[in-house]
Amino acid sequence: MTVRLSLPDLLAKAKVIRRHIVMSTTAAASGHPTSSMSATDIVTALYFGGVMRYDAKNPTAPGRDKFILSKGHAAPLLYAILAEAGYFSTDMLPTLRKIGSPLEGHPNYRRLPGVEASTGSLGQGLSIGVGAALAAKLDNFDARTYVLTGDGEVAEGQIWEAVMSAAKYRLDNLVCIVDQNGFQQTGATTDVLDLRPLVPKFEAFGWFAQEINGHDVNEILIAFDKAKHIKGKPSAIVCRTVKGYPIHQMLASDPNHHGKPLTKDEAVQAYAIIG
Amino acid sequence: MKLGKATREAFGLALAQLGETNPDIVVVDGDVGNSTRTELFGKKFPTRFFNVGIAESNLVSVAAGLASSGKRAWLASFAAFVMCNAYDQLRMSVAFPCLDVKVVGTHAGISIGEDGPSQMGIEDVGLACSLPNFTVIVPADEPSTFRAIEALNKMHTPAYLRAGRPNVPIVYEGDFEFQIGKANQLRAGSDLTIIAYGLMIGPALQAAEELAKTGVQARVLDMHTIKPLDHAAVLAAAKETGRIVVAEEHLLHGGLGSAVAMSVVRQHPVPMRFVGINDTFAESGKPDELLAKYGLTAADIVKAAKAF
Ligand SMILES: Cc1ncc(C[n+]2csc(CCOP(=O)(O)OP(=O)(O)O)c2C)c(N)n1
Ligand SMILES: [Mg+2]
Repeated sequence: MTVRLSLPDLLAKAKVIRRHIVMSTTAAASGHPTSSMSATDIVTALYFGGVMRYDAKNPTAPGRDKFILSKGHAAPLLYAILAEAGYFSTDMLPTLRKIGSPLEGHPNYRRLPGVEASTGSLGQGLSIGVGAALAAKLDNFDARTYVLTGDGEVAEGQIWEAVMSAAKYRLDNLVCIVDQNGFQQTGATTDVLDLRPLVPKFEAFGWFAQEINGHDVNEILIAFDKAKHIKGKPSAIVCRTVKGYPIHQMLASDPNHHGKPLTKDEAVQAYAIIG
Repeated sequence: MKLGKATREAFGLALAQLGETNPDIVVVDGDVGNSTRTELFGKKFPTRFFNVGIAESNLVSVAAGLASSGKRAWLASFAAFVMCNAYDQLRMSVAFPCLDVKVVGTHAGISIGEDGPSQMGIEDVGLACSLPNFTVIVPADEPSTFRAIEALNKMHTPAYLRAGRPNVPIVYEGDFEFQIGKANQLRAGSDLTIIAYGLMIGPALQAAEELAKTGVQARVLDMHTIKPLDHAAVLAAAKETGRIVVAEEHLLHGGLGSAVAMSVVRQHPVPMRFVGINDTFAESGKPDELLAKYGLTAADIVKAAKAF
């Protein structure tokens, strides 16, 4: 089944998700809030904008659509989404990264329902998605697999190995979403390794590729819909995003703010900005 | 001993056979299916066979994605390439989520000969043993490879099976037991125990014959399962024979020798000797020349047995 919220409700849901992200990482005093927030609108649209078919009460149902968080350090986003979707209680979110909690620093496939792959070593999720998409075709399931990668992550050679094999097998049931927030661990992608423009690179490998504003929910929904109607080739959606959106201005002295939680005071400020 | 097929050939045949009764089995190849013999499966079941090209990282994670989507995935490449090129993928995509992926590394050891060190997996067993959730098996011959593949097919957790390139003597003729995690005693003896696996089973048996001529009765164990190790068989060997020689076509570091040594020290310390590749890469040459030069012959086992 799908959950399709109205546009205002979707925007409200994204705010709830962002508040969960700030709350859980601040409570954990560690984690990657800004990496989670740049992709929030995209993943919120996937789960609550009528894009993905899933059943939180039957998380391993054959033929379900899958979301694979290849950039596993954005786990706080995934957990907030899964809790809001009903896979587990939102009460669990404050246990992020605490001993005994299945909400580990990076997603653990064996410990939490709704987690489709154990990630955290960047570069592997798209290949896992290729395997899932191949399996869906073998089983004649009309199931789609969505993989979210970072724009630093796409420097991993394995991403392009997966890109090539997905094109070979004409996996039109596979979507690679790139969260192009312009930053990676040690700085801006322009200073570390900039692969922009990504669209022609995906196209050169035989993919259908779009570039959109990753904070415009309308654009996101239209892009997912377009991808659904492309036959015979996999789809890439390169999303221009802002790391830490919408609290990036508050963090302007350190716009990457990679792998750092907000202090309690910053969190209070952040809630006000998120609204 | 009669010469049988190479264990890689037996693997390819066994897998193609399993494909008939197991519609969920899928096989992933990295452009070496004619060497690993997965092409036998691929020719029979083309829709369930995926050649992703020369991309071992992708090979492993694609198999993982198939497995987490309900398929029973097998993948094969050269032992050196799949273990060394895709170790992080084995660790994160397969071992950690504990998926039903069976990894087969062929062309293991220095007995591949002329192709030389770049192609020789001599650390694969140690690396595989360092993956939690993995079972690690090295069959000695054609019949036991068939049994190993059958047994692995009954398991739903990850495993590594090492297979070799050359034809190897048949160790198991007629009926025999093959149980994962249970060593097979191939020869009785009470003066010392030779523990070996894979290609070294032949030399181990030969060494035992040689030793018998000098009045030393060696027990020979085929430790086809390196992990989980048969600690009971190790304990019995230590207690009943008092001395243990481990022989393997693998680096001494991290191989069966170290696993047996840990087991011996924990349970019943006795003197041990180790026959294996001593912290070096090999070179090109004929398999027999290499085995002789790098100390992996029956004579080397006899020498180790006499050195106590
Ligand atoms: C294989 C691997 N290498 C390094 C890391 C450490 N690391 C974690 S996040 C990160 C930066 C990721 O940048 P990007 O993909 O752009 O994600 P963002 O946080 O910007 O969304 C790095 C290098 C890792 N997790 N995995
Ligand atoms: Mg980035």
